[in-house]
Amino acid sequence: VPEPIAVPHAKGKPRLLLMGQRRSGKSSISSVVFHKLPPNETLFLESTARIQKDSLNSFMEFQVWDFPGQIDVFDNPAFPFDMDAIFGEIGALIWVIDAQDDYLEAVARLNATILHLQRSYQHINIEVFIHKVDGLSDDYKLDIQRDITIRIQDELSDQGVENAPVNFHLTSIYNHSIFEAFSKVIQKLIPRLGQLEAMLTNLCRTCRFEKAYLFDVNTKIYIATDSTPEDMASYEICSDYVDVIIDFTEVYGSWQRTPEWRKRLEGPPWEQKLEDQVACEWAESGMVLADAQRPIMLREVDRFLALVAIMKEGSYEKMPQINMNVDVVVKGLTEFFEITKSKMTPTAV
Amino acid sequence: QLKKVKKQKVLLMGKSGSGKSSMRSIIFSNYLARDTRRLGATIDIDLSHVKFLGNLTLNLWDCGGQEAFMENYLSQQRAHVFSNVGVLIYVFDIESRDVDRDLATYVNIISALVQYSREAKVFVLIHKMDLIQPMTREDVFDRRVALVRRKTAEAVAIVRKQKPELTGPSPPPPAGPGGAGAMAGSLPSPDSPIPDLEVSMQLFATSIWDQSLYKAWASIIHDLVPNLSVIETQLASLGVAIDADEILLFERTSFLVVSKWTSPEGESNPYGDRFERMSNILKAWKHTCSKFTGTPRNAEQFSDFEYKMGANFSMFVTKFTTNTYILVCMPPGEARFNSAKLNVAAARPWFRFLDGPIIAPTQG
Ligand SMILES: Nc1nc2c(ncn2[C@@H]2O[C@H](COP(=O)(O)OP(=O)(O)OP(=O)(O)O)[C@@H](O)[C@H]2O)c(=O)[nH]1
Ligand SMILES: Nc1nc2c(ncn2[C@@H]2O[C@H](COP(=O)(O)OP(=O)(O)O)[C@@H](O)[C@H]2O)c(=O)[nH]1
Ligand SMILES: [Mg+2]
Repeated sequence: VPEPIAVPHAKGKPRLLLMGQRRSGKSSISSVVFHKLPPNETLFLESTARIQKDSLNSFMEFQVWDFPGQIDVFDNPAFPFDMDAIFGEIGALIWVIDAQDDYLEAVARLNATILHLQRSYQHINIEVFIHKVDGLSDDYKLDIQRDITIRIQDELSDQGVENAPVNFHLTSIYNHSIFEAFSKVIQKLIPRLGQLEAMLTNLCRTCRFEKAYLFDVNTKIYIATDSTPEDMASYEICSDYVDVIIDFTEVYGSWQRTPEWRKRLEGPPWEQKLEDQVACEWAESGMVLADAQRPIMLREVDRFLALVAIMKEGSYEKMPQINMNVDVVVKGLTEFFEITKSKMTPTAV
Repeated sequence: QLKKVKKQKVLLMGKSGSGKSSMRSIIFSNYLARDTRRLGATIDIDLSHVKFLGNLTLNLWDCGGQEAFMENYLSQQRAHVFSNVGVLIYVFDIESRDVDRDLATYVNIISALVQYSREAKVFVLIHKMDLIQPMTREDVFDRRVALVRRKTAEAVAIVRKQKPELTGPSPPPPAGPGGAGAMAGSLPSPDSPIPDLEVSMQLFATSIWDQSLYKAWASIIHDLVPNLSVIETQLASLGVAIDADEILLFERTSFLVVSKWTSPEGESNPYGDRFERMSNILKAWKHTCSKFTGTPRNAEQFSDFEYKMGANFSMFVTKFTTNTYILVCMPPGEARFNSAKLNVAAARPWFRFLDGPIIAPTQG
């Protein structure tokens, strides 16, 4: 049994390392999730020649490193990599396997990688994305997942490694699965996640919400939800709601109005600054679905985070009350992230 | 005065596989772009009657594009297909290997159209632009436009040479299927001045994968909607009354923009493509809702949407008349917002004529 290794102190930013065979879809994934590239435009992506590093300045600061498929970081005699510089930070290795292609070599390389990490970098979570599963039948997807899981477990136990922390996700850039998978990956890296979940569970109870999510607005990754069972359908509609809000904001909110406009609106009969004419500093939105009058609501916590919830039938009339409860939770969330931020980045006070 | 119900024959033509049935299914049947991969080739002509608002019916002729069918339209079915056409939508697949042949077919179609319906409007869609590298799209489109315009002129020249009598009025419509009688209203009166023989044509770059499709189709239906000037005048009065920056009126199933009004301040919005973007966004949203609630994709999916973006702007989208939704974008402020919502609700009766024929508005 290897000696437990101390988790490096989070001196830098958590890191997501994207690895896998060439053309498995790594660059497409990072472009779609982190840069909003429409999925069909990934057809035009050039093959990655060097490591692409992205910094994400969001509710937490992240780094995303996209490794070119042809590079093997563990076996590159001509140009040895500094392992600590790659794996020294806390984070996750995301290994992308093309499910529409022959994956034996990918699995072999993944096994070698897991063995390396198990030896020296146990603080790195290993997340396997079985990718490009769009167009595959549900049965076939599960078959592939089973096959890959067995191949990895067999190989690892042959090498004497049991219970390595390997997680599997079925993904495609053409639907929500890729965002869902990233949500799961990132949630594991959030300190005090349980506390966040408790806040949302509480909110659902007091307001009689069916389901609530806390979203990172820019990536549509959800970083927490309440304790009711996972539900892909709820996640999809809430995530699409965030999309609608982002799109409307871009079209109607991102251009500068003239000073005359403001002057007129702040003049008679209003006689008030625009900022004082509104109830909420950040985005606030609601929609009533035709079906059973189930409303959905969204409330931004700050520049990065938004609370999205599915309400129960008939709650739209109780909005004033609900808003008061939401205000309280928003305040709690703001405090939570102020504390977390100062813990994560020691430079910040 | 308000006009009555109008029927319009709309031909959808182009080579097989160019994407005609796909766009029709997306716009009028709420398909998602990826659902269109399941469509089979259209056999002969697929006729559908799309009720648009209460007072316009589109008789959509989706003409299967396989060569044998095309030849048949040009010969045996020539008069049947090309008479009484209000609009021809011709679709070119930008990825097609045999451009010369596509253009030759196009010339034949235009000739037949000019011969039988020379007042018809022509919309040429250069389609599947998503398959072209984004950097070169504009260039590729411009070159294709020049080519199509040249070919159109050639087609017209051929007809003029062969049939000099065509500089006179259109031939009388043959009787038969297609409801010729109902469309008689759209024919010019025999004593109207004789215009030069030329084709009124607009070209669009389109793809089912983005909002460009909505831009093209909004232009196509725009000229067909009866009472457009009444709608525009009333939207403008409403906009001024509630101090809005922009108002869009959507048809409820297709979410095509029927009419719009923008304040002088709103005119400085740099997003020139925002109207088709709104259609695309709301259409995608409708799809999400239908998946979530399990209701049919063509059913109504939401009744009311509000969005207040702090001290930046406010907007709402709401069910307006039976056949329309309205989007209002306006300055921030709670009181302003609430009063705008009330005023929009109060303005509903002004627009009731959109829901059905012949009901006079209470105000005009
Ligand atoms: N990439 C891309 N594919 C498209 C686009 N529009 C349609 N397609 C695809 O083209 C294929 C053929 O589309 P259809 O709509 O059936 O073609 P059609 O013009 O009706 O063909 P016929 O009925 O035989 O005349 C489908 O697989 C569509 O998914 C587009 O804008 N871009
Ligand atoms: N069908 C499908 N194709 C995908 C998906 N993700 C990526 N691709 C395609 O896979 C190809 C290779 O992707 P790329 O990101 O360049 O791979 P990389 O070499 O791993 O960075 C591109 O043509 C993508 O469009 C997916 O989820 N489904
Ligand atoms: Mg067809």
